[in-house]
Amino acid sequence: MDFSFFITQAISGLTMATLLFLVASGLTLIFGVGNVFNFAHGSFYMVGAYFGYQLVAIWELNFWIALVLAGLGAGLVGMLAESLFLRRIYGRVNEGGFQILLTYCLILIIDDLVKLIWGTEYKSLPRPDGFSGAVTFGDIYLPSYNLLIIAIGVVVVVASWWILTRTRPGKIARAAAVDREMVDTLGVNVPLTMTLVFGIATALGGMAGALAAPLRTVTPGAGIEVIIDSLIVVVLGGMGNFWGAWLGAILVGEVNAFAVAFVPKWASLFSFLVMVIVLIFKPEGLFSPRQVRKV
Amino acid sequence: MTMKPGPKFSAAVLWTLMIMGFALVPVLMSSSYQLNLASHVLVWGLFAVAFNMLWGVTGMLSFGQALYYGLGAYFVGLMVEYLGSAWYLPAIGIGMLAVAATSFLLGLLVIRVGGVYFTMLTLAFGQLAWQITFKWYDFTGGDDGIQGITAPGFLQNPIAYYYFLLVLVMLSMWILKRMAYSPFGLMLRCVRQNPERVRFLGRRVRRNQLRVYIVSSLFAGLAGSLMAGIDNSIHTDMFFWTTSGEVILMSVLGGLNQFFGPFVGAIAMIIIEDIVGAWTEYWSLIIGSLIMGMVILFPKGLVGELYHLKLRMMQPKAGRSE
Amino acid sequence: MNAMLELESVHKSFGGLHVTQNVSFAVMPGEISAIIGPNGAGKTTLFNQITGHLQPNSGRILLKGQDVVGQSPQKIVAQGIGRAFQIASLFPDETVLDNVKVACLSKLDQTRRFWRPVQAFRQATDRAYSILEDLGLEKQADRLAFELAHGDQKLLDIGIALVLEPQLLLLDEPTAGMSPEERQRTRELIKKLWKAYELTLVFIEHDMDMVFGIAEKVRVLQLGALLAEGTPDEIRNNKEVVTAYLGEA
Repeated sequence: MDFSFFITQAISGLTMATLLFLVASGLTLIFGVGNVFNFAHGSFYMVGAYFGYQLVAIWELNFWIALVLAGLGAGLVGMLAESLFLRRIYGRVNEGGFQILLTYCLILIIDDLVKLIWGTEYKSLPRPDGFSGAVTFGDIYLPSYNLLIIAIGVVVVVASWWILTRTRPGKIARAAAVDREMVDTLGVNVPLTMTLVFGIATALGGMAGALAAPLRTVTPGAGIEVIIDSLIVVVLGGMGNFWGAWLGAILVGEVNAFAVAFVPKWASLFSFLVMVIVLIFKPEGLFSPRQVRKV
Repeated sequence: MTMKPGPKFSAAVLWTLMIMGFALVPVLMSSSYQLNLASHVLVWGLFAVAFNMLWGVTGMLSFGQALYYGLGAYFVGLMVEYLGSAWYLPAIGIGMLAVAATSFLLGLLVIRVGGVYFTMLTLAFGQLAWQITFKWYDFTGGDDGIQGITAPGFLQNPIAYYYFLLVLVMLSMWILKRMAYSPFGLMLRCVRQNPERVRFLGRRVRRNQLRVYIVSSLFAGLAGSLMAGIDNSIHTDMFFWTTSGEVILMSVLGGLNQFFGPFVGAIAMIIIEDIVGAWTEYWSLIIGSLIMGMVILFPKGLVGELYHLKLRMMQPKAGRSE
Repeated sequence: MNAMLELESVHKSFGGLHVTQNVSFAVMPGEISAIIGPNGAGKTTLFNQITGHLQPNSGRILLKGQDVVGQSPQKIVAQGIGRAFQIASLFPDETVLDNVKVACLSKLDQTRRFWRPVQAFRQATDRAYSILEDLGLEKQADRLAFELAHGDQKLLDIGIALVLEPQLLLLDEPTAGMSPEERQRTRELIKKLWKAYELTLVFIEHDMDMVFGIAEKVRVLQLGALLAEGTPDEIRNNKEVVTAYLGEA
């Protein structure tokens, strides 16, 4: 195995890791702050992809503007769904699988709405101008778009860190993840916070969908794959553990990238296998302390 | 779950009516389409009732029962395809053995973690099975599936197959019903309602969960095996997560808390889907909205809400203890 | 005579908060005693340590001479401790009868039977009925547990615990939330059960009629420490106790 191959795969893995992180971090954020597992999270990813498609391919907007708008759009849909439907189930935790059932219905609705609006054919999105090529160092081939995604990922990671540790809303979110009631008694408007957190999380997921659109075709039903991938990430990182999601995403991304290089058809099984192993030996996540929140 | 058995009389009457009703379908309905529909109802009905032993009874929401359904179907399909239709019936048995083994191993893994993880993991494993079947084109036919699965001998006649199906489904439901009303069934309901107290009685919660998981999966597998013979084909969609979702929706629709609820839900859903499917392809949107509405407005289910309403109206009496 | 339950210097703290401070006492077999103290005195916490839900930081808890510290609640229960909780821990959607019956079936090790209906198990059914009769709940046998009045739910909770034939029964505020008539009925019932089932009974209570009415021994907890121990009369006349606690009642 030579160095250039290693680098190429590693970068490819980081690209996937970034996309995974954008989605999984939102998922883990919603769980951490609201104690809700947003089963429908993948649908917002998909919505973001479709918004991206609509904005770029149909309305021919500038890619960068479209990216932001797609994310915002997905976030808005998320906040709408949260305030109209999901809010009603908070009190009930997940007794009898209530949460899952409701979010499942959401998936059904969103998936069909997407089909209604855009049809069922696969859509594709071109890469933005200037990023269709690659950067090469000898044998190392790094598609520029992938590098862009990684760069955006870094920005998000840094921004998240800053928001979570340096700003008041961020600290509230972290506090709420530890003790919701306490935050409530401090006078913080918990329902509003929840809606905002949901909005941010789904916006991130939607942006990931729009970012991923040029790499993969845009299809209805893409949501479920995304949620399973995110599941693997949060199992590895620990549910509710924001930075665990980041590390988990990197792990999954890299495992996948290298597996694809050797056994392309069955690559997806590898990260699955890693998840199973982690579940057997350290179900609270690789990067979490022993004591864990009951999911 | 208010499974107080009513007087023996009415239960037996309902059973008989139901069996008679289904038995008369080939006689009363002349089209093969309707026979096919009724066959589908029977299979899904069994699948849903078996599923509900897991969810409504024991409180375990598995989003991956399609794994076993598909396994049952593919054992039949593949064995018939590669070994001949004489293997049809043995394949059902072998399939169920495979389901027992798989559900035992998988159950050990996923039941430990419980909660939302349980649901998500069963979903993930179901999708894994789908992926494997989908990609293994050479063996499984991938997205094309395998057609031409014919049963041996006289079972090739659709009406004969229908009665074969009817007998097996009714027998299975009878077995499940007896389980539900047995001490084991009571134990399962207690596991759902108050696992901590169950432990206090010296019983193992997880062991009981594993047992019902295996049982539920066995009958899901049987349902899949039987389905292979109805449409004479198998397809990877049988493993797909939406198949797992179907039985969830059927159970909600028909009522989680009654033993036959999911069966009724299956009938309702298949018939409504058949009618609605004729003028719109956006069935998911409709059923999704319907169920969501039901869940938000009637969290205890329609039957449950009415029952609680009745209780509230009788409130004055409820305070006395003698 | 060896103690049924003995606590030796049991201590429990959460960080800087000492919830149980060096508590030692011995409960004799057949004794009926009360643990009293203001809210926050650590009474339920003590129960939790006895039944294994909480581990003390130091000290020993001896059940019939055996140290049970570190054992799981299930294991401890199996050794003869029964417990009723502050908030009744029932199976809400099951009938009153089935709530007790499932315990009977468990005791008879019949919970794995999956073919014959529950009704067919006569021994369990009869035992369940007889316990309901002892509790005065037999007329409500077919009602669902969640429908029961609060006080009856607590009685049912006790009934389920009794099925397992415990030698030591811990009751956590059995009359909480009851009306005066219900309290008196419960008082008499508990005394009756204590004799009939030959129990060693320890209950946490705020209801002084119950404490001074039926307890042979009273132990007073304050801020996690054992303030005083003695017969009801001794406690009633104990100046420290009176100022610390009874003065408020």
